[in-house]
Amino acid sequence: MERLLKFLFEYRAFFTFLFLELFSAWLVVENNQYQSTAYFNTSNQIAATIISTSQTIREYFSLKDINSDLAVENSRLRKKLSQQDQILLARELSLFGDSTIINRFDFTSAKVVNNSTRYYKNFITINRGKKDGIHAGMAAISQWGAVGKVKSVSEHYAVLISLLNIDEQVSSVIKRTGHFGTVQWDGTEPRFIDLKYIPRHVELKLGDTVVTSGYNSVFPEGIVIGTISSFKLNEEAQFHSIKVALSQDFGKLSFVEIVRSNLKIEKDSLEQKIIGDPK
Amino acid sequence: MIRGGILQIVLFFVYLILQVVLLKNLVLFNISFCFLYVAFILLLPVEMGNLLLMLIAFLLGISVDIFYNSLGLHTMALVLLAYLRNHWLATITPQGGYDIGTPPTLAANGLQWFLVYTLPLVFVHHLVLFFVEASGFTLFWYTMLKAISSLLFTMAVMLLLQYLSLDRRR
Repeated sequence: MERLLKFLFEYRAFFTFLFLELFSAWLVVENNQYQSTAYFNTSNQIAATIISTSQTIREYFSLKDINSDLAVENSRLRKKLSQQDQILLARELSLFGDSTIINRFDFTSAKVVNNSTRYYKNFITINRGKKDGIHAGMAAISQWGAVGKVKSVSEHYAVLISLLNIDEQVSSVIKRTGHFGTVQWDGTEPRFIDLKYIPRHVELKLGDTVVTSGYNSVFPEGIVIGTISSFKLNEEAQFHSIKVALSQDFGKLSFVEIVRSNLKIEKDSLEQKIIGDPK
Repeated sequence: MIRGGILQIVLFFVYLILQVVLLKNLVLFNISFCFLYVAFILLLPVEMGNLLLMLIAFLLGISVDIFYNSLGLHTMALVLLAYLRNHWLATITPQGGYDIGTPPTLAANGLQWFLVYTLPLVFVHHLVLFFVEASGFTLFWYTMLKAISSLLFTMAVMLLLQYLSLDRRR
């Protein structure tokens, strides 16, 4: 026993080293799991305050871009609203009888206070949190397209998993052909994302639009992800390898909309009975 | 000694804030990162014990991680660097040994020694950092490219700061 203690004491530096390394390895693994309620990230109050201060300073240099983006979005929304009004008028409001279907999704707009595109696992911090009804698992979109999912939330801030994260997969569909696949980033180019699992019999065209499929119940259906910029089919490959040019330039993301799916719980609990736990 | 301690605590926060506010946004060609905070661990006094060194590295690593949303990643790489540091220092002791109480800087030991001291340690830190982040070797060459270009960037900034403080002392 004494020799054991002596041995441990002699190599205390090494054992401390081992302990700290294992602990941080555990943290890495834990942090990679989706929807952990970790507070040791930028949704942490102090970290978020420091980062949003530095973001405020940086924002002055992109005010012009943000302004024109918002103006474009405003006009787009106004156009959509008037179209909607006309449709409703033409069909005498009889299209959707059920108000829960009409109000299926709620939107909360949020400012991006921290964003990265250069790592393998990129995250986005926004200035809305639990106080504003944000929960882990909600979708984030921008006017140009899909952005990511909420990973963890604090009182006033939330951290999103960006689409540019090698762990993030989103069920999606090619709009023209209607074939389902999964988009997942390969970790290199921040302007492009891979579309996987499109079977080889599908005839693709450059410029085909890829949108979210709504199978996952996180994203609303039909949110644009991007357009196909290149594809190739290797001999004996089961699926096409497709590069999609993202419609949202993640390098200049300034505002996002958090989507709350009001029917998510209903859909998930119904599916859970048959399929099992959702991922 | 106490004054030195307070100075180091202040430096800890200077390196941390510099890293997460300024250098975090400074990325060249999307692949070259500057992780200057490793210099804090490298430039702590030579006679500092391994245990204390690793604990400081752990604290600094986890603070950086909070801002990078990468819990555990920088901690892992930095604790490894802190552990290897003293062993490496003992291996490359210059003739006549180190002066007690001085940090292992360029001013004290010369450029050649400083490069031999920092280059392998920073490289190991970057390798661990990028390969753990990529969670595997699937993107081996791209990750390698990232590690090497970041090594050059970090080393350049670190040497620049060394030369700046060298001039002030003269």
